[in-house]
Amino acid sequence: MSLINTFNIGASGMSAQSLRLNTIASNIANAESASGPDGRTYRAHRVVFSSVPQADAPGSGVAVTNVVESNAPLRREYRPGHPKADSNGYVDMPNVNPVEEMVDMISASRSYQTNVQMMNVTRQLLLATLDLGK
Amino acid sequence: MSKVPQFDALSFGENALKLRSYRHEVLGSNLSNADTPGFKARDIDFAKSLENELKRQNHTGMMPMAVTTPGHYQFVASVQNNPQMLYRVPNQPSIDGNTVDPDIELSEFSKNALMMQASISFLTGTIKSRMSALTGQPG
Repeated sequence: MSLINTFNIGASGMSAQSLRLNTIASNIANAESASGPDGRTYRAHRVVFSSVPQADAPGSGVAVTNVVESNAPLRREYRPGHPKADSNGYVDMPNVNPVEEMVDMISASRSYQTNVQMMNVTRQLLLATLDLGK
Repeated sequence: MSKVPQFDALSFGENALKLRSYRHEVLGSNLSNADTPGFKARDIDFAKSLENELKRQNHTGMMPMAVTTPGHYQFVASVQNNPQMLYRVPNQPSIDGNTVDPDIELSEFSKNALMMQASISFLTGTIKSRMSALTGQPG
């Protein structure tokens, strides 16, 4: 039934967008993490969305198929006193651009809201259909 | 006794409602995939699909049940025929190949939801008037 499928699609969109928000939070929080658990400098994470066709239905849901690391060049900062500084006193800092992350965050939260709104409308229509003839 | 018309308000309403909920899912899927790279926005031509479906039920693809007594109605079992899926022509190109314009999709989605509410109220009206005809009591 189409209306129930729309719920599934909306839910898949919401979980994909919340994963995107999650990676953005991680990127912003780690904007100054010169070292991670593996000793490497933190690199900005990006989610990869793809559409997932629903069985016997016209619509497609969304899924995050992959989380990739950004290959943008790392930021080099001159910090001679830093334990991770090289012989010239430079430290590789994460390639996280806070402005980019904030823009991405607004986009993700707007998309999340759209999905919520869509599910609300679907809910109203389902309830109206249940009351058919009353 | 005259035959019950095949496309009375009830079956018209049923077909309209089916197509509306179908379109609801298509547009909802567009909205959910607004950020999916390479996703192409889809839609159906509602008026044409409804016309096709009504025509099909009237002429072709009919699965008539055996009518053995004059008291039997001609019953047509409908075989769900999915409407033709079309692609939305984008207003602006996007670098990731996605053709979803959230503004257009959201307005179409809301319009479709409103039309579905309208179909539901028309159907409710039909059911109510038939009930009053059956019971002999007003609404």
